[in-house]
Amino acid sequence: MKAGPLTLFALLYLLVLYAPIMLLPIFAFNDGTVIAFPLRGFTTEWFGLLLETPALHQATRNSLVIAVSVAVLATCLGLFAARAATRYRFPAKTGILAFIMLPLVLPEVIVAISLLVVLMQLGLDSGNWSIIAGHTLLCIPFSIAILQGSFSNMDQSLEEAAIDLGETPLSTFRLVTLPLVAPGIVASLLICFTISLDEFIIAFFLSGNAPTLPVYLWGQLRFPARLPMVMALGTILVVLSIALLVIAETFRRRGLRRAGLKDSGGFL
Amino acid sequence: MRDTSDTGRPQAIVTLQDVEKYYGEYHALRGISAEIRQGEFFSLLGPSGCGKTTLLRAIAGFEDISSGTIRLDGRDMEGVAPNRRPTNLVFQSYAIFPHLTVSQNVGFGLRKAKMSPEDKRRAVGEALEMVGLGDFGARAAHALSGGQRQRVALARALILKPRVLLLDEPLSALDKKMRQVMQVELIKLQREVGITFILVTHDQEEALVMSDRIAVMFEGGIAQLDDPETLYRRPASRRVAEFIGMMNFLPAQVTGTGPERIEAEVAGLGRVTLDAGQCPGEARPGAAAVGLRPESLTILFDSGVAHDREVRGTVAEVTYYGDMTYYDIALDGAPDTVSVSARNMPGRRVLERGETTALAWDPRALSLFC
Amino acid sequence: MNAVTRALRSEGGKGLIMVSPPLVYALLLLAAPLATIVLFSFWTQNFLDIDRTFTIANYAEALSDPLYRELMLRSLRISASVTAVTVILAFPVAYFISFHVAPERKSLWLFLITIPFWTSYLIRVFLWRVILAFDGPVNGSLMGLGIIDEPLTFILYNANAVIITLAHAFAPFAILPIFVSLEKIDRSLLEAARDLGESRTMTFLRVTLPLAMPGVLAAVLIVSIPTVGDYVTPRLVGGSGGTMIANMIYAQIFDLNDRPMGATLAVLAMAIVAMTLLWLIARIRFWLWLAEGRGVWIALAAGLAEILAIRAIFTLGPGILGTPGTVLGLLAIATLGSVLIFLRVPKGRAGI
Repeated sequence: MKAGPLTLFALLYLLVLYAPIMLLPIFAFNDGTVIAFPLRGFTTEWFGLLLETPALHQATRNSLVIAVSVAVLATCLGLFAARAATRYRFPAKTGILAFIMLPLVLPEVIVAISLLVVLMQLGLDSGNWSIIAGHTLLCIPFSIAILQGSFSNMDQSLEEAAIDLGETPLSTFRLVTLPLVAPGIVASLLICFTISLDEFIIAFFLSGNAPTLPVYLWGQLRFPARLPMVMALGTILVVLSIALLVIAETFRRRGLRRAGLKDSGGFL
Repeated sequence: MRDTSDTGRPQAIVTLQDVEKYYGEYHALRGISAEIRQGEFFSLLGPSGCGKTTLLRAIAGFEDISSGTIRLDGRDMEGVAPNRRPTNLVFQSYAIFPHLTVSQNVGFGLRKAKMSPEDKRRAVGEALEMVGLGDFGARAAHALSGGQRQRVALARALILKPRVLLLDEPLSALDKKMRQVMQVELIKLQREVGITFILVTHDQEEALVMSDRIAVMFEGGIAQLDDPETLYRRPASRRVAEFIGMMNFLPAQVTGTGPERIEAEVAGLGRVTLDAGQCPGEARPGAAAVGLRPESLTILFDSGVAHDREVRGTVAEVTYYGDMTYYDIALDGAPDTVSVSARNMPGRRVLERGETTALAWDPRALSLFC
Repeated sequence: MNAVTRALRSEGGKGLIMVSPPLVYALLLLAAPLATIVLFSFWTQNFLDIDRTFTIANYAEALSDPLYRELMLRSLRISASVTAVTVILAFPVAYFISFHVAPERKSLWLFLITIPFWTSYLIRVFLWRVILAFDGPVNGSLMGLGIIDEPLTFILYNANAVIITLAHAFAPFAILPIFVSLEKIDRSLLEAARDLGESRTMTFLRVTLPLAMPGVLAAVLIVSIPTVGDYVTPRLVGGSGGTMIANMIYAQIFDLNDRPMGATLAVLAMAIVAMTLLWLIARIRFWLWLAEGRGVWIALAAGLAEILAIRAIFTLGPGILGTPGTVLGLLAIATLGSVLIFLRVPKGRAGI
């Protein structure tokens, strides 16, 4: 790598990209109630406070339930779409797939209010299930993007070979397709879990009286006294997200290696 | 050709009858009828897009046919899934399962076989031995070279003792040297196991080298089905003649036809009398073309010897191949140059451009296309 | 075998069956709700009752009320600025990763760039409030270096803060598509250009840039559409001067309890973004076509004339036609023009 102005620019870019996250632990361990410089001293008080907040625990439980459900649901639906996209030609294919991928570019506010209006109109109470439904819609495109990579990396004749050697379509899926796509499935589960855990707008519009973690956080941002605790929580979330991503990335690479392919890029 | 029945006529293992295949409007297979005999090495040869792979995949069961019947071992295959057919396929990409070892790949099809694990292991070992990969069982599949993958694919298909082994361009991914090695090995292997092989290839040389019989396909139909020698010596049409090997065409005028003999005036060669068998189809008086292979013209380096049939020509281009030299020669009285091959032998010089030379020819080597 | 089973057994049939679970899901949870808000936008609400008579009163109000208009225009302006900043800053980084990073380290770089995107959006936005604050690190270090004497105030609680924060949030969205299109460029094309006598700069301008345009376009789409409708950033760092249309939609639905108006604003926002982008792409294609056929100066002049004409309509139009008339007229002209361009002008070399 040559160290030219371009390299410098890229490094600077990375630095700015990471600036907010790097501030997070600084304030989380700062012994001061105001989120501002200069720093005061080191404390783990804010992390202790997290343990003593029942509302936070409830929100965390909610978020976990939602995120796990979304990960499973979106990955299952993503599997169907990714397989259809890589294996079949069918009428209106581009249109259908573009439509399923639409939530990727649609502002979340639009998705959220349209779901909310329908819920209100049907006289249904919003709750965890409605957030799960909304998040799944949002996560399917990401799941498809990841799984499409796994499927298209797989030589189609592998499945035909298994059938030719006497396996049924079902046992072929179990013996050949699943092992080869498994890393993609794990990556998709982790990514969908992360997205759902972080998602705010849909949860904000659709949560009834049981807030998710981001909705709870949003409420806390209004109280300056709670901010140091929010920083502590944020630190934990960021560390958790990064850990999940590293695992997801490892799985994705293992999948590539298993398929005997060279790495050609990251997610999406 | 190996006969397997006492009557001298080997029985058919694959029978294709009026097989038609449409992809929407596209007519992929047109009225294919053929019998492939027990134990023969059969090739489907044709340019890309001629339907040869479609036909092979239809026999394997991966393509539904629009009409007609495919019989394997006397049984109609309509509605029989690929996993229930007595065929196995060697894929063009070899389709080696990347998540399994070599042994697991070879033993893949034995999962449901009623054999003890010990027997299965022995069968895998024997299959690997057969393709010369005895020590490779524990290797990861993705660490193999092209030739090794090819052998694993063969072992994996043959271990199930299929009635017919189907090979989809199995050598196209290999380099030239490796391809020649594998051609010989495949022939030996086929002789050893005695299983019917059906090979798809676009390489006419490969088909000639390996096959007992070849079906030449153009645009979804079989243009000619014969053994390699007949195919080369008596091509059924000008198109087949152009596709198999190299052939020169000289304009001709048919002057007289009879049940035995055909008279024609050929540009550059003069008046010739041909056997009726040298003209595929009906010979009609009028304009036609005469085909002759590059080796059918003999350059008379020692011009002292007089020949019955001798023409003169001027060397227009020289292409030197080491063992052979190909000359483009403008024959006196012929509109275009013809390609003539000459073996390079000790003491024989290579002609130069612009030289004139005498050539001898034999009317038995000619084909007439009306 | 009857016609139905034959159709289902064909490849197209199998594909449709395979895609149907996610498709049905998206139809039920995306298409149906979107259709519902379109329907809602033509209804009205009196306190708690929905009046289901079909009316365009909401649209008339949304387009003539200066507050809505201001919010809509500001959202578009902010989105345009964010897109411009993001794409312009992202291109060199994508170029750097694609052309200057060793192949085995490319995925590490991409991974590093995507990580911040996956961490809590709320907290990231909130931290920008800290960074840009009166007593935050930006002002602190600038004053410490003696570049400024008193804290900058134009970087927080206004549109600038929103632009900075959103540009940061959407960075990976811009880098990835540009990177992908740069990766697709056959490197021998660049060598061919050099071999044919072009300098490094001209090779970049004549080969690399045109071939990367599809990626740039994808980046523009993927950044501009969601940013128009962002809710969190304007709330946290925008102050009153940085409020955007999404905040108004939220207020209509939750605070003012006027769901039809909220729906109308949402539909309008999407329609305006979609048509603006369509119009923009059509324009670029037209200008490129003009530049190729008639020369660069003619194309530039045409572009300039058009921008001036639009500004004129925008400033003079409301006085003559009324605001709704002007907006609808502009939209109609833009859409019609775009469709005409798409039908008549062939796709240019840059893939636009």
